[in-house]
Amino acid sequence: MADAKGLKIETMRSYLGRARGLGSAHAGFHHWWVVRLTALALVPLTLWFVFSLVQLTGAPYAAVRAWAGSPVNATLLLALIAATFQHMHLGVQTVAEDYIHTDAVRLTLVLGVKAASALLAVAAAIAVLKLAIAG
Amino acid sequence: MKDIRDVQMVGRTSDGRLVQRPLSGHLSVYLDFDMVISVGHRVTGCAIAVGTLVLVWFLVAAATGEAAYDRVSWFLRTPVGTLVLFGWTAALWYHFCVGIRHLIWDTGRMYDLRAVRRSRGVILGVTVVLTALTWVIALS
Repeated sequence: MADAKGLKIETMRSYLGRARGLGSAHAGFHHWWVVRLTALALVPLTLWFVFSLVQLTGAPYAAVRAWAGSPVNATLLLALIAATFQHMHLGVQTVAEDYIHTDAVRLTLVLGVKAASALLAVAAAIAVLKLAIAG
Repeated sequence: MKDIRDVQMVGRTSDGRLVQRPLSGHLSVYLDFDMVISVGHRVTGCAIAVGTLVLVWFLVAAATGEAAYDRVSWFLRTPVGTLVLFGWTAALWYHFCVGIRHLIWDTGRMYDLRAVRRSRGVILGVTVVLTALTWVIALS
């Protein structure tokens, strides 16, 4: 770093960034990549899901159960649930980090959304598994 | 010059002529159609996130029993429920279309302004068509 005679740059991090401990955590690319990967998966899954559900409009309860419980549909539903909630918590995190500048509020919201996403994903997955396995 | 601060806004052109440099802050430059499309992608993303509550309610109700399923069914048929569902599908298809453009952008394509301007019409058009198609099939 800086010595008595002058400035020697050994790192691209700013002094302020080093002091605060806020440098690159090398997690940014992974975040970006998972958002893209889940987005890619959600393209066919969304088309399948919406147009399947639309055809079930007005169907009796037993037909909805049978649809969601069939092995193929249950598999695709589980994939949809996994991709949706992963994409969701990462996306909301991006928006929150861009617009909310109060640390406590941002952290509360981001962690709250992550917790909610995880719980909703598990609840939805258990519902699908129950329909698929317990009938 | 009317204000002392104007001296900071004086510059020279490449041929040495003294000129008044333009002021920034032209809001019309910043708020254009493409920006609204981009903001809309984030807004619809958050709206879809809220809408997943209904999706999970639907799945859990279907797995719980007929009475629970009838309740979610009833809610989705009320005017508020139908509006929520309509808003959710419209937001979903919009986010879907803009998202596909983002994936195309990630490959380095369609970055020039003409392609961006052409694609926004496609985005809005396909959103309307997919939303209409969804509801025409649902209600028929």
